[in-house]
Amino acid sequence: MSNSFNPDKFLSPVVKDIPPSGIRKFFDIVNQIEGAISLGVGEPDFATPWHIRTAAVEALKQGHTYYTSNWGLIELRKAIADNVHKKYGVEYNPEDEILVTVGGSEAVDICIRALVGPGDEVLLPEPAFVCYKPCVEMSRGKVITITTKMEDNFKLTKEALLEKITDKTKLLVLSYPNNPTGAIMTYEDLKEIYEVIKDRDIMVLSDEIYDELNYSGKSASIIQFPGMKDRTIVVNGFSKAYAMTGWRLGYAYGNSEIMSMLTKIHQYAIMSSPTISQYAAIEAVKYGDEDIVKMREEYNMRRRYLVHELNEMGLECFEPLGAFYVFPSIKSTGMTSEQFCEELLKDQKLALVPGNAFGESGEGHVRISYAYSLENLKIALGRIKAFLEKIRKD
Amino acid sequence: MSKQTQILKILEKNARATIEEIAVLAGITYDEAAAIISEMEDRKIIFGYKALIDWDKTEEENVSAFIELKVRPQLGDGFDSVAKKIMYEYPNVKSISLMSGGFDLLVEIDGNNMKDVALFVAEHLSPMDCILSTTTHFVLRRYKKDGIILEDKSKDERRMTL
Ligand SMILES: Cc1ncc(COP(=O)(O)O)c(C=O)c1O
Repeated sequence: MSNSFNPDKFLSPVVKDIPPSGIRKFFDIVNQIEGAISLGVGEPDFATPWHIRTAAVEALKQGHTYYTSNWGLIELRKAIADNVHKKYGVEYNPEDEILVTVGGSEAVDICIRALVGPGDEVLLPEPAFVCYKPCVEMSRGKVITITTKMEDNFKLTKEALLEKITDKTKLLVLSYPNNPTGAIMTYEDLKEIYEVIKDRDIMVLSDEIYDELNYSGKSASIIQFPGMKDRTIVVNGFSKAYAMTGWRLGYAYGNSEIMSMLTKIHQYAIMSSPTISQYAAIEAVKYGDEDIVKMREEYNMRRRYLVHELNEMGLECFEPLGAFYVFPSIKSTGMTSEQFCEELLKDQKLALVPGNAFGESGEGHVRISYAYSLENLKIALGRIKAFLEKIRKD
Repeated sequence: MSKQTQILKILEKNARATIEEIAVLAGITYDEAAAIISEMEDRKIIFGYKALIDWDKTEEENVSAFIELKVRPQLGDGFDSVAKKIMYEYPNVKSISLMSGGFDLLVEIDGNNMKDVALFVAEHLSPMDCILSTTTHFVLRRYKKDGIILEDKSKDERRMTL
């Protein structure tokens, strides 16, 4: 046996070929800079509401420390089913159409693993959250990017979709409200997409993790259209709506035959989602509506403030109506997204995420998160302003 | 939430927010914001703007106390005349409220030291005819005041995970 161990030769080529996350790369530097602040993170600044935390403590005290059913606690699945019915008027059977997962993240992963095989084409509107592409590649599927544009408010349009659909298209990813753009799809927007896909054999993965953070006053889902319940797997979770990122809990729902395949993967890879988190989540779904409203109103104020200030500074910013991100264009500075973010960090010790981390079409933009207090946003905007004044003088 | 409530919440957090800022935060025009604010000032819904001060951090000698008063209600006006007498006569009284439960009036006062406060109660409140009894509680430490957690040391522990 040779003494020189070469890990590289043991690694799967599929995994090796996946590039590291573009968000991550940048932020490893931030922590090392004294006094650096960030508008980079993608999780709520609020702590989980107290009554939800208390429910978890109670569950612990009562000794609920065992695995749950593979699908998750039935009481939680029932509460989720009620909630979906209330919001979108579509009924799901909690017994075999809803699976509780380790975050929306796991739900996305197993949905793609269950549906996508070698050579299958997956349509991905970009800019998009970074997890879909690697998941598809690990299933040896092929990502077909659809570019969404600022002039369309970063919505997916019928025309853009038609351009990329082929016979090999298996799955369309809809991720609205969108990370990183903050774009939403209204009922009318979705109707156009529905008209395109209704007579084609295409499944939809609808990542609705930000659906409660919609500032237009009305959320919509592709499942509201005839026949789409069976052809859509919806991913959602507790992280964003209830400020529960650390609890690692999400869910997926859809056609029972497909859901049982997702559950098979979940069963072998995970067994069951964290039990204490599931008890907390029951409390959240049943009694957390007011918390959502409060947080949404706070986000909404920050959103208005950011959009207004950025436009005042000459960083063109379309009005995002969802999630907690704004996605201004920095093209007027003549810099690339990465240059802008690197210089801003060096000069003003402020970290933003370069738009190209979310796909090539994000180039020329930066993602600014408003999961930060107004005071912090003010300080950060002051730094952006100072930076812009400096580079415009040079 | 009405625009009025929204503006009150903004001001409750930051009395120094400008009308421009308030308009942006509430998603209305400058003129609308200005009109709503001045109407609320006229109606005394907003009855003042002030700084929140943690006196314990200053050099000033300062104690606060809550005094529970059991009061014999007066014919005709109940507790009003007693409350008004205390309120107008003693500027060191910070707040006075009629309470439900085991006592009647709750008086909050500031003084330079405990003795000051105790003497005030003994010399001015207790001797009043209609006051049946007093119980004085000194504030030893404030954890949260006017909705703001004092000494909040929690720091942002979020990181970029992806
Ligand atoms: C669009 C989108 N989907 C899914 C997730 C995953 O969230 P979680 O696994 O915490 O539920 C995130 C988190 O940032 C996201 O932005």
